[in-house]
Amino acid sequence: MTPVLQVEDLKKHYPVKSGFLRRTTGTVFAVDGVSFSIAPGETLGLVGESGCGKSTVARTVMRLVEPTSGRIVVEGTDIAGLSKAALRPFRREMQMVFQDPFSSLNPRMSAGDIVREPLLVHNVASGREADERVAALFAQVGLRPGQMGNFPHQFSGGQRQRISIARALALNPRLIVADEPVSALDVSIQAQVINLLMDLQRDQGLAYLFIAHDLAVVEHISHKVAVMYLGRIVEYADKTSLYRRPQHPYTEALLSAVPVPDPKLKRRKRLLEGDVPSPMRPPPGCAFHTRCPYAEARCKVEAPVLRELAPGHVAACHLR
Amino acid sequence: MPRSIRASGWGHSMAETYGRELRRAGADANSPVRRLVLLLRRYPLGAAGAFILTVFVLAAIFADAITWLDPLRTNAPEKLMVPGGKHWFGSDVMGRDIYSRIVFGARISLAVSLGATTLGSVLGVAVGLASGYLGGTFDLCVQRVMDVLQALPLLVLALVTSAALGPSLTNTVIAIAIPMIPASARVIRSNTLALREAAFIEAAQVQGMSEWRIAIRHILPNTVAPLIVLATAQLGSAILTEASLSFLGLGIPEPAPSWGRMLSESAAEYMRTAPWLVIFPGAAISLMVFGTNLLGDALRDILDPRQRG
Repeated sequence: MTPVLQVEDLKKHYPVKSGFLRRTTGTVFAVDGVSFSIAPGETLGLVGESGCGKSTVARTVMRLVEPTSGRIVVEGTDIAGLSKAALRPFRREMQMVFQDPFSSLNPRMSAGDIVREPLLVHNVASGREADERVAALFAQVGLRPGQMGNFPHQFSGGQRQRISIARALALNPRLIVADEPVSALDVSIQAQVINLLMDLQRDQGLAYLFIAHDLAVVEHISHKVAVMYLGRIVEYADKTSLYRRPQHPYTEALLSAVPVPDPKLKRRKRLLEGDVPSPMRPPPGCAFHTRCPYAEARCKVEAPVLRELAPGHVAACHLR
Repeated sequence: MPRSIRASGWGHSMAETYGRELRRAGADANSPVRRLVLLLRRYPLGAAGAFILTVFVLAAIFADAITWLDPLRTNAPEKLMVPGGKHWFGSDVMGRDIYSRIVFGARISLAVSLGATTLGSVLGVAVGLASGYLGGTFDLCVQRVMDVLQALPLLVLALVTSAALGPSLTNTVIAIAIPMIPASARVIRSNTLALREAAFIEAAQVQGMSEWRIAIRHILPNTVAPLIVLATAQLGSAILTEASLSFLGLGIPEPAPSWGRMLSESAAEYMRTAPWLVIFPGAAISLMVFGTNLLGDALRDILDPRQRG
């Protein structure tokens, strides 16, 4: 099946300017050569520490920021270089759900107007027809259509995220990019929103690019998982394969940090030392060598490439 | 969230139920009389402000009906009369009736202050929105022009402008409006800058909405509250500036009654001998400014949906 989204060698570099003349004095390699594809009805989980470039990937894919280079292929068209006007029809295919349910809804618009807006922007429906569509969307995400006249501040965090999801669904997209959609919510509410997303996927065949730092959440919702470190994907595999047999030392360390709800279980934690290096000066060789417990001499000079270590399981490490 | 809602699809009977709920939700919003009563009860000070302004507006409209003496007619034998009898608020040095002049003066004060504030705010919003949203070199140039305008005190700038344009009602409005542009432009610009980064703006961009539409639909409504507060404060200073301009002979030309000039003319000479020449125009100005401020505070709360509960 043709993928709903195919990203090839995506790069986003931010120039750092300083001084009176605003000269470029450095570059932040926020995303540095990321490739992946998402099949219809599939969820790709993208995980990594804060600042590893997960959100930049999402924002670049949605063209909220311009990619420095690389291809973003939707429906057979590379949208990376398209003008705003040419991009509009593709906006209907992919929508986004944001992290903060408080700032992602206009406080001066009623919930109904917020969900109705995409319909008006794309001339899909108006008047009564739009009202009915909005009511249907409300029901779909588990809100009462009677709440359409309410304003965002009258909803709880979970309900706001449902409004956000309804807005994303309004145009019947094939892909939803969800940038940490549950990390601002209480744990019990997180489960509800995750279940809602999974129900919607089952009913409508939606594909998700699901970005999170919570590995348990990602394991629950994803089919495939990509692990990012300093702007690059270091491991990419089926969920089961990645969680059972992590190949990259970084993935290993991340997984060992996931809390297990069993006090008797003694685990060997592989706590990483040190901080993430600055994405302005990524270390030479393997970017992870500064914190890797197994690092050897060649890791410091030679950058590893993604290699297929098992069918469908790729990782970028010299030692596997 | 009950599982059943999600699972049970979108049947005909459900559509009816939602239609009924829709109407009920809409019914509350569509009863303006009830909403007005609720608002008055919730914001008594705002209601007082609205009342004061309404009285002035009505006085300005029906000035001919509620006065019996010509505000412009001089009458030497009746000069400097103490308030009471024929002259409710007394008479001035030329024997003109203060009460009539105050009532007719409301027309001028309202016309100048509303006109100047509206003109200044509209221009300020346009400049601020464009400057904040477009950013870059355009923003830089516009802001430097605003700096120049703001470096001069309101009165001085208004003075220069009205001196250049010549004294008339329209020119006074323009002269007061121009120095007011930077304040509202700044407020709108800083709000726009903050809002431009908000996630709901990104959500609108992701939908493919045009920049113009985002500015009008998403940014502007979120800057209305500070603008209203600012505009009501400016309303007061517009009244005072008009008074000062008229005193200096650059505002409304002489025979027309202006509160400011009535006050300024008499302040030095008659404060002790005929205090009513100062007290009544002064009270009129204070009361009107007070009314605009009360109303402004209430409007700010009413216009913010978060305060509505």
